[in-house]
Amino acid sequence: MLERCEELTRDTSLPSVRAWKERTGGVAIGFLPIYVPRELLHAQGVLPVGLMGGGEIEIIRGDAYYQSYICHLPRSTVELGLNGSLDCLDGMIFPAICDVIRNLSGMWQMMFPAKLVHYLDVPQDFDRSMGGRFYRHELGVLSQKLVEAGARPLDPDALRASIRTYNVHHGLVAELYELRRREPWRVPTAELYVMLRAGLVLPVEEHNGMLGEYLEAVRADESRRPMDQARVLLTGSFCEQPPLGLIKTLERAGCYIVDDDFVQVSRWFRHALPEDGDPVEALVEAFLDDAIPGPTRYVDEGEKGRDLIERVERAGAEGVLFCAPSFCDPALLDQPMGTAAATRAGIPWTAFKYSEDTGQFQVIREQAGTFADSIKLWSEVTTP
Amino acid sequence: MSPQSAPAVPVSKDRSQERQKQMIVDHFERLATAEHRGEKCVYTFVPGNLTELLLSFDVAPVLPEINALQSGMRGLSRDYIAAAEKEGHSEDVCTYVKCDIGMLRSGNVGPTGKRLPDPDLLLLSYTGCFTFLKWFELLREEYDCPVTMLHVPYQADGRITDEMRRYVVNQLRKKVVPALERITGKAYDEDRLRELLARSARAEDDLVAVLESARNRPSPIDAYFGGVYYIGPIFTAFRGTQEAVDYYRELREEVDQRLRAGRGPIIPDGELEEERYRLVVEGPPNWTSFRQFWKMFTDEGAVVVASTYTKVGGVYDDGFRHDPDRPLESLAEYCLGCYTNLSLPARVNKLAGYVREYSADGFLINSVKSCNSFSAGQLMILREVENRTGRPGGFIESDLVDPRYFSGANIRNRLESYFQMIEQKRGQGAAR
Repeated sequence: MLERCEELTRDTSLPSVRAWKERTGGVAIGFLPIYVPRELLHAQGVLPVGLMGGGEIEIIRGDAYYQSYICHLPRSTVELGLNGSLDCLDGMIFPAICDVIRNLSGMWQMMFPAKLVHYLDVPQDFDRSMGGRFYRHELGVLSQKLVEAGARPLDPDALRASIRTYNVHHGLVAELYELRRREPWRVPTAELYVMLRAGLVLPVEEHNGMLGEYLEAVRADESRRPMDQARVLLTGSFCEQPPLGLIKTLERAGCYIVDDDFVQVSRWFRHALPEDGDPVEALVEAFLDDAIPGPTRYVDEGEKGRDLIERVERAGAEGVLFCAPSFCDPALLDQPMGTAAATRAGIPWTAFKYSEDTGQFQVIREQAGTFADSIKLWSEVTTP
Repeated sequence: MSPQSAPAVPVSKDRSQERQKQMIVDHFERLATAEHRGEKCVYTFVPGNLTELLLSFDVAPVLPEINALQSGMRGLSRDYIAAAEKEGHSEDVCTYVKCDIGMLRSGNVGPTGKRLPDPDLLLLSYTGCFTFLKWFELLREEYDCPVTMLHVPYQADGRITDEMRRYVVNQLRKKVVPALERITGKAYDEDRLRELLARSARAEDDLVAVLESARNRPSPIDAYFGGVYYIGPIFTAFRGTQEAVDYYRELREEVDQRLRAGRGPIIPDGELEEERYRLVVEGPPNWTSFRQFWKMFTDEGAVVVASTYTKVGGVYDDGFRHDPDRPLESLAEYCLGCYTNLSLPARVNKLAGYVREYSADGFLINSVKSCNSFSAGQLMILREVENRTGRPGGFIESDLVDPRYFSGANIRNRLESYFQMIEQKRGQGAAR
């Protein structure tokens, strides 16, 4: 199963999506990080397909669209669009993450005029009568565009059913994270990561089955024994993803990653959504009140970085790895506030950058190894 | 190629330039004494600024981007940026932000050498730039003052919808106005706001007339360097005032005189005598070597006849005017219409339109490292505008206020090659 997940992570030609379309004749819509309301797409019979860049693919045409000081994900996404990897998709959703992804939505409109292109503008005001009303309207616009792309109209009962299905998914992912938090040797992050990535290109029902199977297998696997590793929280990697090799490198360097920012669409809300009542309102209210306060979301009150410290405490982490993609505005502008909060709280941290196609990990391995060693040697943090 | 500009001395300036300079000095003086006089100050941004609303409450706007560019022009930004990077701010991110943080660490001294006031309110107008959001989260850590967020949706589909307008108006009514009432202790006075908006509309009429004067040959203005130097900037802190009305009226009269006399624009060395190239420019200028950068154009006889950077503080040439009969709705439409809030296809349309309407020989992008809102997608814009207009496009790179990213020799080489390309195209046209 892990081999298949890794293959699904690496194969940017989306074979599972092609197979699904062949089997069902349904509409498949791609979306970029971080969050889209997958429940809504699912309820309209659409397969939501999460795209997290091109990983380590060779960029031939994508570089001609971007200056050297723009992050890597948009150029690899353009590459995938131009080389036909995404031709099985009936459209794309570009969530409001940053100016680069925002502008990519306009580029996509010009490059692929026959496809659905939607910029999902999410509110930065979290009052029901303002941001809530706006977001509800945005969801309506998205739903209508899906219909125009061939999806069935939105039915409240279907949406409630989809919410139930995704709540199962939410619960399984939470279980996986909790197991890793408690016993990180049972759930290496490199495995957890490919499990989550596979979920981006599979129907949720199938992925739910895989998550359950994986959880059962690792719980029963007595060969997985604890090692003397430092428990770290990794933050900053919510959009462009690090290469799998980098995650493995961090683990081999002596780090147990006990919390992270990978594939946040599965964990965008802290809790499961209400399964009764107005299902669209459930999506709206969760977005306003229950979403994680990541760097792309305006934090309108309280101390910046407080959430990071709470996460460190919840995870029983002994240190923080600030691991952001190069030229990532949200992560890198946020970082000084995170490092300041960590310093104030006496939490050790280190920072480095990557790009999705980084191929050399030696320097990061030494840095992470030294960091892990320093925690094991000198940290006074008590692990759970 | 030989320089086409007049001798360097004496440098002549139009009366309006002297007036605007004095107005800006007075504005910074007002800011420097604000705390002493008990005047409230609001930090806010140029795109989507709510100057008329702020002035209706008698609060003074402080614009961090303007402070940063002033620091860039005065040679201070290098040290400010270094100070911020030393604190852990990434080399990859916006240099306006780092310049502002560095300035704050260095005593928050403004361009006139006097300390700027602390904010009584951080008014975060999230218009066309994600970085603004992070910028004020960073500043919030530094100041003990409230923050009010005005979220302006993006025109992704190339139009302003009723829902977008309603969302912004709701925020103005329910959040921004009450926040201003709280810090000033004054009630919202819509009649006063209407008066200010009426004055804005008058000044906007004259501004558009000035900008559109560049359709003539020779152009009496430079709509990029001149545009940001003395034509546009006054719009942000002074919109709604009688001073702004008078300034733009005077500027328009001067430009009309130039037009009647067939004179070219004011440039760093005096006045451009021969207009050889007419360009449309996309993207912000470099501020640290502003004069040198401008001279690279004027030395070749190049005039910028239209630019997009002069539209970040508001797009008026499509007919938008602040409307005293619809005060908050009109402010909402202003915010929604700022250039960086336009979709890429809308930007391409606008630029291609400029190239045609202003009879430009070509189209040039100054791509700045700092500003992804502008820069991401510019290479595609370049190709699209070239395809649509048939005019050659050029591409240069620099930065807003980080002098490390301004390579004068490299930019000059590229510009010279670009002008040669225009000549070649002209030759091909003549040969046909």
